[in-house]
Amino acid sequence: MRKLLLGTAAFVLLGAGALAAAYVATDPKLPSGPQAESHGDAQSFSEVEYGRTMLTVADCAACHTAKDGGEPFAGGRPIETPFGVIVSSNITPDRETGIGTWTDEDFADALWHGFGKDGHQIYPAMPYPYYTHMTRRDVDAIHSYLKTLKPVHKQVVSDTLPFPLNIRLGMRAWNLLYFRDGRFAPDPAHDDVYNRGAYLVTGPEHCGACHTPKTVLGGDEAGKLYQGNVIQGWTAPNITGDRRRGLGSWSIEDVVEYLKTGHNRQAASSGPMAEEVGLSSSRMKDEELRAIAVYLKAQPGQDDGAAPVPASDPAMRAGAAIYADSCASCHRGDGSGVRGLFPTLAGAPVVQQLDPTSLIRVVLQGARSAATPSAPTGAAMPSYDWRLDDAQVAAVVTYIRNAWGNQAPAVEAGTVAKSRRAFAEQAHPVE
Amino acid sequence: MRKLPHKDVAIIGLGWTGSIMAHGLSEAGLDVIAFERGPWRDTAQDFPPTYAPDEYRYRVRHELFLRPAQMTFTFRNNPSQTALPIRDWGAFMLGNGVGGGGLHWNAEMWRFEPSQFMLKTHLTERYGAKFIPAGMTIQDWGVTYDELEPHYDRFEYLCGTAGTAGNLRGAIQPGGNPFEGPRSRPYPTPAQKQPFNATLFAKAAREMGHQPFPQPSGNMSQPYTNPLGVTLGPCTFCGYCEWFGCGNYSKASPQTTILPVLVKQPGFTARDNCEVLRIVLDAGGKRATGVVFVDTDGEEWEQPADLVLCCAFTPFNVQLLMLSGVGEIYDPAAKRGNVGRNFTHQTVSTATAFFDPATHRFNPFVASGAIGMCIDDFNGDNFDHGPLGFVGGGYMGQVQTNGRPIETTPVPAGTPTWGAKWKAAVKQNYNSSVYSGSGVHGSFYSYDDVFLDLDPTYKDRFGRPLMRMTIDFHENEHKMSAFLTDRYAEILRAMGATRVDKLPRTGHYDVTDYQTSHLCGGAVMGAEPSTSVVNRYQQSWDVPNLFVIGASSFPQNAGYNPTTTVGALTYWTLDAIVNQYLKAPGPLVQA
Repeated sequence: MRKLLLGTAAFVLLGAGALAAAYVATDPKLPSGPQAESHGDAQSFSEVEYGRTMLTVADCAACHTAKDGGEPFAGGRPIETPFGVIVSSNITPDRETGIGTWTDEDFADALWHGFGKDGHQIYPAMPYPYYTHMTRRDVDAIHSYLKTLKPVHKQVVSDTLPFPLNIRLGMRAWNLLYFRDGRFAPDPAHDDVYNRGAYLVTGPEHCGACHTPKTVLGGDEAGKLYQGNVIQGWTAPNITGDRRRGLGSWSIEDVVEYLKTGHNRQAASSGPMAEEVGLSSSRMKDEELRAIAVYLKAQPGQDDGAAPVPASDPAMRAGAAIYADSCASCHRGDGSGVRGLFPTLAGAPVVQQLDPTSLIRVVLQGARSAATPSAPTGAAMPSYDWRLDDAQVAAVVTYIRNAWGNQAPAVEAGTVAKSRRAFAEQAHPVE
Repeated sequence: MRKLPHKDVAIIGLGWTGSIMAHGLSEAGLDVIAFERGPWRDTAQDFPPTYAPDEYRYRVRHELFLRPAQMTFTFRNNPSQTALPIRDWGAFMLGNGVGGGGLHWNAEMWRFEPSQFMLKTHLTERYGAKFIPAGMTIQDWGVTYDELEPHYDRFEYLCGTAGTAGNLRGAIQPGGNPFEGPRSRPYPTPAQKQPFNATLFAKAAREMGHQPFPQPSGNMSQPYTNPLGVTLGPCTFCGYCEWFGCGNYSKASPQTTILPVLVKQPGFTARDNCEVLRIVLDAGGKRATGVVFVDTDGEEWEQPADLVLCCAFTPFNVQLLMLSGVGEIYDPAAKRGNVGRNFTHQTVSTATAFFDPATHRFNPFVASGAIGMCIDDFNGDNFDHGPLGFVGGGYMGQVQTNGRPIETTPVPAGTPTWGAKWKAAVKQNYNSSVYSGSGVHGSFYSYDDVFLDLDPTYKDRFGRPLMRMTIDFHENEHKMSAFLTDRYAEILRAMGATRVDKLPRTGHYDVTDYQTSHLCGGAVMGAEPSTSVVNRYQQSWDVPNLFVIGASSFPQNAGYNPTTTVGALTYWTLDAIVNQYLKAPGPLVQA
């Protein structure tokens, strides 16, 4: 399935690339006018400090710092994309292997348009389709901060995609289809808090990169902003105001607490989101997290009209028995969980996503929840892959998705089997 | 041998004491490295609920314990015998790996009685010096209950201890232990709910004029977030505590209370699977310069440090002193030396009570490690020993910690030990008997002929002498055990038992028969260097930048489980290091 998808994508890319050739030749490389002015000043405390906070918001470290003790921002971290593995670049100020020779214009061009200094196209694993919304002030401030880092001499080979995806020219065609250049403009119909949230979410935080459904080419699906997506073998859940599957049942405080600590009365973050919380949102100001919550909760959900699987269904009955045997000691018989340790399952949006990937994954492989300064426990769910077969996992997951008033499509044993194989083969799993 | 970069503090052993010291000293800004001979142990990864309750793996095959092939001791009852190596653990278990004994314990969280810390003075004043049996070498601790109280409190709040206060700042509280020392505030969480057998025991004891109360427990009665921000979940009463790690995050352990914060502490490093071979002393032997450890490749390394903390389990603390040449090894014949002196264990006994299966169904598998209703009326000096002719005592209670299928086979004495009749008896009695492993938790006071030293014959895998244990029961403990077991059996009868089989501790100390893992002493604390290895702050008299922390400091063992007192002593020492020693490194007590 993965190979097939890759092949289709490549075919479409090449075709579109040819069509776009004429456009590429005349593409203006740099912005002009007042926006080209430099604001970056690595000598100024307030500029550098502001840059550090914006870099945290933009979560640059997630990709540009290698795991397990990699030098900060020296790149080299493999990033799993639907098209293959891409390796992040060195963004320390090393002149030879980093971005030490880049001007503020070069840097802004990279964040806004996805061009490297030498004019080569950057893959949109670097979320420039979102960063393009950022103000020049914020982009310059991040650059100012990066200039203060220790230059690390580290050559990163980032051309790791297979032919024909390694032809970066193809990205220009991709840009034609999915990239909309342009800075954020506040919506006068909403207040400042909403607009601040909108800026953070659509720009630096790039929430949509994970949480918006993607087309086969990896572009955002039109009209489905933040309605959930599958990425790196995890479900990035719906984060709209949808009451069942999104943030509709969470208060503003619930969202803020989750982003701040990785935990709230109901949920515990794990997988890539635990990493985001650790590196980015737990280090942000409460008022910024509030603004994000206000904006996201105002986004429309989906009306999927899914009906609950009846309790009399054989899978539900088997699932209830497995749940009592294997899950209830921690998550409690009524799915209420234990705050700070074991997530609530009853009424929880994360278990009612249309896509069950994360739920299957957590049951099969286990998961470690985020450990943050204000919630340091970092409890983990053990792996059940050796104990439950595909049909049993499907039954218990179906049960969890439809017990206690929950409502989400049943999961088939075949889906679990595919996940089991995919997780086992995943080269760069996020713990 | 390769030398590693210098550290401020080297800690030997990463169980309760090592974790607490590492956390406190790294928080004080020091660069701390901890060495653990066993592996790292993580709840979800290493003892998840999917297989944590595996009685054969953990209880029978000793999954969490040290392998005797890695390190063992020789054993004998008295100096006239030739000691032989222990090849399989029996009388006690030796925790191994991160968390140490704090991972596999039951979490029975007792404070010692205030008079325990002045034991010799107290007994002499009440009964006269002649009342203390000949050869008994009990002594005062050099620290008082009142001094330790804030540190008891700190450890209980770290663990989320569930209990009912019996003495709040001097005021006796209903439902608690009226004999306990005054506590500055209530337990952090309410006592656990009690099963039928414990409730019945409490009722019978109360009707007999005793004063029952719930055993203080490190198994959570409710979710609890400790002062470090770490959360524990409610106990599910699965009955797999002692010998097991808790897969549900509901038993207090270094893993569930302190390690999540410690591992993120700047300045803290841990090396697992690294065994410290010795403490390195300078030429004069008066200063520790670090430790030597061996890794899994068999390669030896030197880790220099300004401060060395022995935080290993009791006998290993003593062994490290002996193998490193710190202090003089005890010689009972010559009456010289203190290292190895006043080694103690516990005097556990019990009784099994059988009830009518038609009227009594106990469901013993609904249990936790520290569940139970107890009385303290016959502990310490809570009762008049004058007419009884012995000293010491113990708490007793209906504290059945499990109904695990392999070991829970109570049958009346005289039943065949195998075959159809045995099976029928097990079936008949499993659910209608009460069967506490340690129903009576008796003290073990110290004697001049119970000690640790180095074996003249047997060597460890590095060619060093094994440590030798010389230990036996004395008439005082036999008398005490008989008396306490009788009192216990009376209560079981009053519960309505149709038959009670008493099992008082008799005969010689048996190294194959499990009692508890409460080995104590051997590097005892005290006010005088002539009768102790460490001062009142657990600081070595001989090497002032070496602290020896844990139950190895107990001059004798009380009739309680020791861990809460170990926790209190650890916080007491931490406080002394941070607030006194670091400001002026040197002896905290002038000899």
